Formats: sequence, structure tokens, C-alpha cells
Amino acid sequence: MPGTATLVLLETTTSNLRSASQPAISAARKLAQANGGSVVGIVIGSGIGAAAQDAARYVDKVLCCDSPALAAALAETWAPVLVAAVKQTGAAALVASATSTGKDVLPRAAGLLGAGMASEIVAVMGAKSFRRPTYAGNALTDVEVLTPVAVATVRQTEFPPAAPAASAGTVEAFAPGPTDALGAEFVALHASASARPDLTEAKVVVAGGRGLKDAQNFKVLEELTDLLGGALGASRAACDAGMVPNDLQVGQTGKVVAPELYFAVGISGAIQHLAGMKSSKVIVAINKDPEAPIFQVADYGLCATWESTVPPLIAQIKAVKATG
Amino acid sequence: MKILVPCKRVPNPDLKLKVANGSVDLAGTTWQVNPFDEYAVEAALRLTEKGKGGERVGEVVVVSIGPKDTSAQLKQLLAMGANRAILVAGDDSALDSDLVARILRAVVAAEKPDLVITGKQAVDGDDNQVGQILAASLGWPQATFLASILLAADGKSATVTREVDAGVEERRVRLPAIMTVDLRIIGKKAVRNEALAPATAEWEDTQRLASLKGIMAAKKKELREITVESLGVAGGILVKTLRHEAPPARKAGVKVASVEELVAKLHNEAKVI
Repeated sequence: MPGTATLVLLETTTSNLRSASQPAISAARKLAQANGGSVVGIVIGSGIGAAAQDAARYVDKVLCCDSPALAAALAETWAPVLVAAVKQTGAAALVASATSTGKDVLPRAAGLLGAGMASEIVAVMGAKSFRRPTYAGNALTDVEVLTPVAVATVRQTEFPPAAPAASAGTVEAFAPGPTDALGAEFVALHASASARPDLTEAKVVVAGGRGLKDAQNFKVLEELTDLLGGALGASRAACDAGMVPNDLQVGQTGKVVAPELYFAVGISGAIQHLAGMKSSKVIVAINKDPEAPIFQVADYGLCATWESTVPPLIAQIKAVKATG
Repeated sequence: MKILVPCKRVPNPDLKLKVANGSVDLAGTTWQVNPFDEYAVEAALRLTEKGKGGERVGEVVVVSIGPKDTSAQLKQLLAMGANRAILVAGDDSALDSDLVARILRAVVAAEKPDLVITGKQAVDGDDNQVGQILAASLGWPQATFLASILLAADGKSATVTREVDAGVEERRVRLPAIMTVDLRIIGKKAVRNEALAPATAEWEDTQRLASLKGIMAAKKKELREITVESLGVAGGILVKTLRHEAPPARKAGVKVASVEELVAKLHNEAKVI
């Protein structure tokens, strides 16, 4: 059905669809219902044939744009590929998860297409209308894209992972046009080394704030984190103070998380932090200040110092786990 | 080196936002420079000076789109050290990212900067689009969410690091380019121009404040007001805001008195451990 396909950028490793892209597929399905057409995935990279097959399990068709020149996710080279794919498929929408790649590449593609874009959508309201958080999550704003093609990034925590389709989609090679990185060049990724689950995908997040005072004090939070099989997070204040690396930051300007259980330890609950975690299912706050705003969003609040509570908390959770 | 820094005014993010009847009420707010844009100005100032407090070599031009009152924010940036300011007069509540990018494109065409640096997003709209759209329309490379910038001595390229989901990514980018900056860009050694400052150069671990001397000097600096029409940009937006509503409030939780009670509730009531 030309003119009605929904195109979704799917990020991959060389062998697999990245789970970060799954919510975008769910959002694309909703858009496809509104558009009355199919969901077409596009994978871009180098040596990604196996990943294209993996991605095809979730969508109606996968365009596989496989070229050594596209190995790095450069917006300068990837955005023109997306534009060409939108044109070839006649897609009415282009979506991707709001990962650092999605947030880098999609606005450039929107710019090249002359298409309106909605960032970090939390709901699909219609073929061209979306709901998205603004003002650090203090407002939900409905927007309507007025152009023939709508572009959107998808807030991962607000859409479920995609389920595999009844039958896998087809994989088609998609030839990139001439690639020109315009003088942009990938040099290296200094990956954060952690054996813990990804912050945005963890079922439990234990986050520390300014109240921890010192990098050394995060050790006890790490113990709680590992006991629960969770990921470690931090407030902007803790990151800014150099207690933990910035990629642990949860908030408006950091990562947005929505785990089943969120511990906020020594975190006051500034607006910009709440924007990153208030969709968590159960929130526990431990803070010595009874007036801390974090208590207004916490399901369970314990007004005490972290020093006096976290060690016994670890001991008692161990005891509960031991007895089931 | 001439650097253009687009800056947006935003309502004070620390004030409680009033959302009622489908709209956001900003009548009682105070306005300030978007924090990320202020960081962009700091980065631009560092790229054009011989170390902390050093002589300025090159030019930092700040530009904002907004009502006449926005001149207050621009004056603050001039007092920080920017050389010149341009105010594109207009209603900043009726813009979308595409229109902002088209206006900025016209400013770039007139000013011909070597580099454009701006914040990665404005903390009101939270769109995170303008830099990328502007780069697309100019056909320039983009370097987004930057944590550091090292400008090569020849002024023709920069090595940057970016805050990405998996860690920190290093890239090289040819100038002219569009850069958008993240929080870390104001770190002590995050930004440097090899041609001007030695590797040992350090700045304050934050954006600079306007000094009294800076405020006095700003009075003599150019703040030029122009119109969207004078730039030859036609209006029209691609994304229409329909309505705003307050997010659903979380239901009030309970205070627990002890670790024992907390663990019992998490185990028996919430069933999460």
C-alpha cells in the first residue's frame, strides 16, 4: 500500500536487533494502524545481514542498507539513507527510539525531508498526532504534524517491547546512494564498562544523590544494586560533583527510566530528576530531609540517613530472599 | 574564529508550571537563558580566548528569537563576554523547531560564522531538534550532545566527545559545523582552542557569571534588532501544538518508620522483592 507504510529505524549489533529499538516497533505498529499500512524496518550499518534477519521477526519487511561506509552511526550519512527509504517506500511516518542515535539522526532526516517532527513521544494519538512530555515532564503536550510525512522519536519507557510477528518479514537489500560524511568521522567509543544491566532496561534501579557526599559511599549502593540485580543510577547533582560518571545520570537531561522498583537514596527530587524516573512502578525514597520533594512521588518514604538505613536494608533483603 | 551561538529564553524551570484549560500559563514566570545555551556561550568564549581571563581572539555572536524583552537575556550574555548580539524580534510562542532553524539559517548566511554552537535542547520544549535541522539545511556536519571540544590549531577541524547511551564517543568534525552541547561541556578542561590556549589551560568548573566590568562593557556592545521578514524567511510551521495538560499525579505514598517496615511492604504489599 504505497503512501501508507510506516518506516522504523532499527538499531542493531552485527547479529541482533538492539532491544532499545523494540519500543519504536510498538509505536510504529500503532501508527501503521492509523495509516492502514505495513511496518517497514530499516537497518543501517556494515556486515549486518544476520541482524536484518533477526529484525525481520518483528516487522513486515526489513530494508537492509549494508555498506562499509555506513559502519558508524553518523547522522551525515544515515539521515540521507532514511530520506531515500521514506521516498522509496512512500512512507507516511518515520520513527525511531529516542536513543542517542535516534535523537541525533532523526531530526537531521526530518530537516532533509522538510517534515515535521515530534520528539520523545509517549503516545500515538492519530496518524499525525502525538503526545509528548515538555517542561521536564511537567506538561504533556499534544502536537500535530502538518506535513505529509511525520517524523517521531519514541520514549522507550512508554511503549512495550515488540512481540515477534506471526510470520517473519522479508529482508530486502537497500542500496545507499553516494555517501558523504561531510568531514565527520567516528574515532572511538569509550564504553562504560559495567556487568550490570543497562540503566534504561533494568527492572530495578538504585540511584544516589548529593546526600551520598562522596564517590566512596556509592559502594554501599552498588551492593544493594547487585543484590537486586539492578542498575546503578544517580542524580545530576551526584554526577556534577564527580561522584559517578555522567552516563549514570537519571533525569530530563540524562536517561529516562521506568523500572519496576526505583530506590532514590539521598536524592532531594529536583524537577529535572523526577522527569527521568517518575514513571517507575514503585518508588522508594530514603532521605533525611522530611521536606524533600522526592517524598511527594515516592510510594514508600523513609525519612532517615542513608548511613543508618542502607546497610540494614541490604541485610534484611538478603534475609527475605533467603526465606523466599 | 567567528562563532554564532543561538540562545533561547525559557521560563524559569524551578518555578512550578501552571497548566490549566489546555494551555501552559506563563504570565507570572521569570525568564532566563536556556541553561544549555548558556553552556554553549561559555564554550564559545573559551574557544576564542587565550586561557582563563585571556584576551579574546575572534568573535562570539549570540542570537535569539523572541519579543523585545529578550534583550535582557542577550545583555546578560554580552556581559558574560559575547561580542555582539542579534535579536530577531518575534513571538517565540508561535515557533517550531523547523521555523527556528530556517531563521537561524538566514542568520548564518548573513554572518558567515566558522562554527555554530548551541544547547542540545531547550528545557521548555525539550525538542532537541534545532541544531540537527539547521545542520541538515546548511549541508554542514553536526556534532551533538558534546562533552568536550578540542579545536585544532589550524581552525579547520575539531575533536569532540559526545555523551551517548553506551558511554562517551569520540569524533572528528570538519568546520564549519553545528555543535550542540551537553552538561559536561562546562568542565574545567572540556573546551580548548589549540591555537590559543596551552594543554594545561583550565577554566572554572562552571559557566562564568557576568562581572561588574562585563556588565559595564556590555552597555557599549552592539545589540541589533532585526525582523524575521528582513531575513527573508516566510512564516509557517510544520508542527502545531494542540494542547497541554498536567501529567497525572502519582498517588500519594506512605511514610514508613523503619527499614523493617519498608522491607515488609516491598515484599508483601508491592511484591517487588
